[in-house]
Amino acid sequence: MAFDQQTLAYLQEKANVMRQDIVKMVAEASSGHPGGSLSAADIVAVLYFNEMNIDANNAKDPNRDRFILSKGHASPVLYAALAEKGFFPREELMTFRKIDSRLQGHPSKKSLPGVEMSTGSLGQGLSAANGIAMAGKMDKLDYRVYAVIGDGEIQEGMIWEAAMAAGHYKLDNLTAFLDYNGLQIDGPVDDVLNPAPVDDKFRAFGWHVIIIDGHDMNQIDDAIQEAKQTKDKPTMIIAKTVKGKGVSYMENQVGWHGTAPNADQLKQALEELTGGKQND
Amino acid sequence: MTKIATRDAYGKALVEVGAKNPNVIVLDADLSKSTKTVDFAKVYPERFLDMGIAEANMIGTAAGLATTGKIPFASTFALFGTLRVGDQIRNSVCYPNLNVKIAVTHSGLTLGEDGASHQAVEDIALMRAIPNMTVIVPADAEETRQVIHAAVDYDGPMYIRLGRPAVPVVFDENYKFEIGKGAVVKEGSDVAIIAMGVMLSPAMEAADELAKEGISARVINMSSIKPIDEEIIIKAAKETKGIVTAEEHNILGGLGSAVAEVVSEHAPTVVKRVGVEDTFGESGKPDELLVKYGLTKEHIIQKAKQIL
Ligand SMILES: Cc1ncc(C[n+]2csc(CCOP(=O)(O)OP(=O)(O)O)c2C)c(N)n1
Ligand SMILES: [Mg+2]
Repeated sequence: MAFDQQTLAYLQEKANVMRQDIVKMVAEASSGHPGGSLSAADIVAVLYFNEMNIDANNAKDPNRDRFILSKGHASPVLYAALAEKGFFPREELMTFRKIDSRLQGHPSKKSLPGVEMSTGSLGQGLSAANGIAMAGKMDKLDYRVYAVIGDGEIQEGMIWEAAMAAGHYKLDNLTAFLDYNGLQIDGPVDDVLNPAPVDDKFRAFGWHVIIIDGHDMNQIDDAIQEAKQTKDKPTMIIAKTVKGKGVSYMENQVGWHGTAPNADQLKQALEELTGGKQND
Repeated sequence: MTKIATRDAYGKALVEVGAKNPNVIVLDADLSKSTKTVDFAKVYPERFLDMGIAEANMIGTAAGLATTGKIPFASTFALFGTLRVGDQIRNSVCYPNLNVKIAVTHSGLTLGEDGASHQAVEDIALMRAIPNMTVIVPADAEETRQVIHAAVDYDGPMYIRLGRPAVPVVFDENYKFEIGKGAVVKEGSDVAIIAMGVMLSPAMEAADELAKEGISARVINMSSIKPIDEEIIIKAAKETKGIVTAEEHNILGGLGSAVAEVVSEHAPTVVKRVGVEDTFGESGKPDELLVKYGLTKEHIIQKAKQIL
């Protein structure tokens, strides 16, 4: 079911603010990964601002939904969401990647509230999501577990170990998003080590698979609702995305995987994201 | 002083050994631009294998290549080339004693902003403990070049630990790297500083400062961590009042431990370790991290004075 106009505008605004925060953080740090943060922004926005049951004032609630950013280098998209959700003051975003900051280069569970798992070494987050989903079943808690994985990341064998286990254990409380932006560091995923066909692979491992446009809020939400209705299978939402989405010169450019914009580039990025509107 | 990152020297050296020996094959796991194996890939695309983000498979594949007489160099960041693939290195490379070179970059805290998730400060402890593995940590660009040539000439598993930031060039062509040998880079008789990798330059600076205060410090570059140069360590233990080790690694299991093992058996003396004190690192600029985690010339000077 499509969002009403108001909700859709609200979510798009959230995603837009997150994108602004992402480029600001990475520019301020002169370090970080804008491309894969921007490609996941719409997915993370729908999860955090429409779907997930989480509350910064009750951050350890055993019933809370869990989000695991398995592709931990996209930490700016997670930090942008957590700040907006009130897990820490917005000003702290500008300490990203600096010494003594809680906003580590890759999410650190022990240092920042709201981070459910330390990630950054690729391929490990989906297994942790499995563990949380299994515990939910054992404890008869009805929280849901969400994970975001990268299309380069799925080259890791451990992803497929996790995929097999999630299918075997019928983890229908687990929903993963594959941020299929087509690029990794050394080039297009198809050239480096082609993971396709991804949908058939996950289906063969016992997953329910949905393919969507990862920048269409309605499609993202429909897929989440479909996953919640799916019994006895984990759901893989293959989200076709654009790496660097929202900043024209970053879109589909492999070079913007782990490069920070300079002052001029930041200005242009913010102008594009705000449609030329005044920005603080 | 000229500064060059050892990873930059690595890329260039790979091209040299690639020309010399057609059996040299290079593998990378989606980090070729960072590890500089891209330099080799450009010149010898048919001998370069991008294995994708799949380090375990990369190590296993390198083992298979080595059984046919190829000389594979497998590269990624230090963390993913060791701790991620510890069992593959042990059982597929070292146990059958295969001629695989694992040459990693972005080791230690000086990887910087990516933070603790990517900062390997335990890799040497792990690599040292595996039978048949040779462990080398070049200190500068020239030594890196020589180590890569030596690696091709040597038949057996070898771990080569390289870094991200530019570091001072200390050696020239007159320097001769040899597996199993350390090098005295400065004579001294009061205290000996044994340093590894990026810590060699701070060690030399510390010796200069100590000299101003009338303290004579010997500086030894210990690039061959395994086999380690027992002779040079025993000599230092006997001829000075004690040893300071300096390493960009956990003080548990690294250079300091290796030196302490040698002296405790052959020439007991005080060994003070400068290194990461059994903690994870964090995001920050390389130089800031070296200060915060106690890896500077000041820390070396302080430990040297504690001995005297
Ligand atoms: C185990 C491991 N190997 C290598 C890396 C280095 N690395 C960081 S991001 C990245 C590419 C990721 O590509 P993808 O999963 O497609 O992410 P996205 O395009 O969404 O940014 C690599 C190789 C890592 N973080 N972890
Ligand atoms: Mg990708």
